[in-house]
Amino acid sequence: MVRARTKPASKSPAAPRFAPGDKVRVADRPALGHCRTPWYLRGKRGEVASIHGVFRDPERLAYHQPGLPAQVLYKVRFRQRDIWGRYDGPQSDQLEADIFEYWLEPLK
Amino acid sequence: MGAFQARGQPMPQPKRKNMLRKGADGRSTHDVGGLEFGPIDRHEHDLALWEKRTDAMLRLLVGPEKRAFTVDGMRRVIEDYGQQQYDRTTYYEKWIRAVRNLVVEQGVLTRAEVEARMDEVRARWEKAGRKTSKEKIPW
Repeated sequence: MVRARTKPASKSPAAPRFAPGDKVRVADRPALGHCRTPWYLRGKRGEVASIHGVFRDPERLAYHQPGLPAQVLYKVRFRQRDIWGRYDGPQSDQLEADIFEYWLEPLK
Repeated sequence: MGAFQARGQPMPQPKRKNMLRKGADGRSTHDVGGLEFGPIDRHEHDLALWEKRTDAMLRLLVGPEKRAFTVDGMRRVIEDYGQQQYDRTTYYEKWIRAVRNLVVEQGVLTRAEVEARMDEVRARWEKAGRKTSKEKIPW
């Protein structure tokens, strides 16, 4: 039986590539297998709201691997009007989602 | 899935449906955020005994003593379900199937052991005059 631990981060946490306030874009690529980045956010622009910490990678944990290297997980904030083709709610509405670093690209 | 039915507790009514994933290009079966799926049923409902047992079983299997698999693995199995099966099964039906598949995937039990046990339980129930289902849950 392959054993994988669920939570604890690695011994040497990776240094976060992004800081709160950084503008980012979610990678627009298809995912094979288990993936925590929802389809509707692929390719969308947002801003890093905060850093959750370093976690074992669910895309590997899902296949009984140890989930290493551990990955930095961010809370990313999006404007609803940037996500949907047409958004009828208040233009100031926002959405926050947890996105792993390897799904984020820097934006000027 | 009558074999899972707990005495005196009716199965929750699954929404047997097969929703078209319009504009779903490139999505996984479960990844439907933003697609038109009609109104959300917000009614509270009680859990059947088998559903509570399923929950308990999962917690024991992923817990620190067993670590048989992870919640991530469970999600992967559920997400890999074909669309028709995904849409016609309820929340805990997806769970119990995933638990069954993962204990086999991880060598805790063999598929033959699981199927023999299911046949045994089904036969016992039929002998006792209780309702069972002939339906085989796809692996």
